[in-house]
Amino acid sequence: MNKFGTVFGHTFKTKIMSKSFIWTTIIFVAFIILFGNIQSIISLFDSEETRTIAVVTEDTEVFEQLEASISEKNDDLEVVLYQGSVTDAQNEVKEDKYNGVLEVTMNEQEQKAVFYTTLNANQTLGLQLRGELEQIKTEIATVQAGIESHVIDSIFAPLDFQNEYIQSSDQSASSVKTESELNSARGLVYIILFLLYFAVITYGNMIAMDIANEKTSRVMEILISSSSPVSQMFAKILSIGLVGLVQISIFLMTAFIIFTQKKDEMIGSIMEEFGFTNFDFNVVIYAIIFFLLGYFLYATLSAMLGSLVSRTEDVQQLMMPVTLLIIVAFFIAMYGLGMPNSKLVVIASYIPFFSPLAMFLRAGLLSIPMWEIALSIGILVASIAILAWIGARVYRGGVLMYGPSSSLKDFKRAIQLSKKE
Amino acid sequence: MTLKLEHVTKKFGNFTAVNDLSLEIPEHAIFGFLGANGAGKTTSFRMILNLIDPTSGTITWKGKPIDYSRTDEIGYLPEERGLYPKLKVQEQIIYLAKLRGMSKQDTQRALKEWLDRFQVPQYLDKKIEELSKGNQQKIQFIASVIHNPKLLILDEPFSGLDPVNVELMKDAVKDLAKEGTSIVFSSHRMDHVEELCEHLCMMQHGKPILHGNLREIKRSFGKKNLKVQADFDVSFIEKIPGVVGAKYYSDTGLYQIENEDVSQRILEELQGKGFVRKFELDEPSLNDIFIEKAGESYE
Repeated sequence: MNKFGTVFGHTFKTKIMSKSFIWTTIIFVAFIILFGNIQSIISLFDSEETRTIAVVTEDTEVFEQLEASISEKNDDLEVVLYQGSVTDAQNEVKEDKYNGVLEVTMNEQEQKAVFYTTLNANQTLGLQLRGELEQIKTEIATVQAGIESHVIDSIFAPLDFQNEYIQSSDQSASSVKTESELNSARGLVYIILFLLYFAVITYGNMIAMDIANEKTSRVMEILISSSSPVSQMFAKILSIGLVGLVQISIFLMTAFIIFTQKKDEMIGSIMEEFGFTNFDFNVVIYAIIFFLLGYFLYATLSAMLGSLVSRTEDVQQLMMPVTLLIIVAFFIAMYGLGMPNSKLVVIASYIPFFSPLAMFLRAGLLSIPMWEIALSIGILVASIAILAWIGARVYRGGVLMYGPSSSLKDFKRAIQLSKKE
Repeated sequence: MTLKLEHVTKKFGNFTAVNDLSLEIPEHAIFGFLGANGAGKTTSFRMILNLIDPTSGTITWKGKPIDYSRTDEIGYLPEERGLYPKLKVQEQIIYLAKLRGMSKQDTQRALKEWLDRFQVPQYLDKKIEELSKGNQQKIQFIASVIHNPKLLILDEPFSGLDPVNVELMKDAVKDLAKEGTSIVFSSHRMDHVEELCEHLCMMQHGKPILHGNLREIKRSFGKKNLKVQADFDVSFIEKIPGVVGAKYYSDTGLYQIENEDVSQRILEELQGKGFVRKFELDEPSLNDIFIEKAGESYE
């Protein structure tokens, strides 16, 4: 146990002090801060000048309506009535006096608008103007048809639409989730999906690399003659797991600080979208359980594979299947976000390499019976145990194996090396 | 109270790396493992250290099998040298010594002594990758002995070192043995084994072909070397019964003879033929014995 602690401490210290760890952390934190402030950054470049559109029309009433609704909705966009021909106006656009020319024809025979603009102008501007004009057109038409304004208002008023879920025959009464609960679960599922994906790829690789490094530098033989390879393997898995937790905590903390600061701004709506306003405690617990189990499963696999290679260059190649597995799991889960009840997701939620994502998704989004979750966790724990057992044997033999590697044959050789015959 | 290997065999699939090896390695002695590359030395060491299990047979040290509860008493210098290239000498040794159950303070003290002994105190805070191969090997040797092991296993400890450093290392090995460490080391350099060991085992293709006390081995080998230097042609000696081998270097003839008595017959034959400058009877070298024994087992 003492030596386990020594390996654990050594791995943790060297990893957390390593340049690559410090740099990835800094880059990610910078990225999160950047993302949190994306709104201010965009406006920093955009809001320097108000955009002005020259409107050429014979119908001043239409212009006035357009001007009114645009000035009501936008600070940085204004329309002016242009006295002159469209060609004159176009020339002035070329001279950068206006951002674009809008030619509007609205009479009984023809309702038409042409928006002349340069390519470097904002492409969404046309769409925005089109929306405004269409509304004005409808208003004019309805007024002309003799419909009163409060009727028009009620026509344009949005519909109050709500989702309510009813319990199906195989669910208990308490198990129906409300829309906001679902949203919150979806938000968490998103985050766990990405975190687990990130963790498996990053820390799985870190484990495999660390072991391969010790093999490449040939320090491995001294290490395994000092303490049991199996305890070393688990010390590494746990210690890099802790490194991962530290790193992810830094990310989450940065994100949390940024998001709480920005809550009142645009981000507030994203927060609600992701449903972080009301956490379901159970979902958080599931998130932690499935995250940890998922990590251990993939970490054990990575450690086993890492012990098979003798050069760090081969790590990537051997890690390929692991990466593919997590990518498949990721896609199943992404698909399951929309259809958590589909057969595919249900089946995947019992298959070890997919279940951390698939079962968490189901547990979070649906209200499934406790035994299903327990069964999935059971299968997961059992497969971790089996994998750890095989991994330990492969590791014991694998670390003594040198030479060109990365095939299934090595796998067999490694187990053979750790056996008696 | 010894290291004991009983009928140890190790097979990798169809390949037999070690075949029915039985040894007793006495305590407080230096034991030499001799053999060409691929003779099974490293595999034997790995089995002694319990890194791989023997296919059959038992290995015990002081009556009990070696396992991870006893590794603190064992030191090991693997044939494949390697340390963490990015770590400093001090960090490295502290970590490795800690894995052998030694405290940081004790390690630092011992490390200083060893670095002084090897005349490289300035390497304490150098990274391994900055050191030359030979100096890395010194550090690795220190890593294997820093915790004062009772049993020290050195796999090819002198390979790749210059003569000065070989002497430094040999002295260290001798001193450790004097202080009571049992040392097992392998080499394909017969002269190193001859100089250091009282007991030895010669291996070929996994089989021990010779095993025992160095002096007894030499005595029981029987054959002797005879060196003759004279002012006349001495090649007729080849034809004298009892002479089994002959080699010539300029004016010196080297003969291998079946036993001591043959030398006296040769001496008689030489008399009256001319001026004899040198007539020297020698013990056979380990090299001669090895070549002969290895040849036998080929047949």
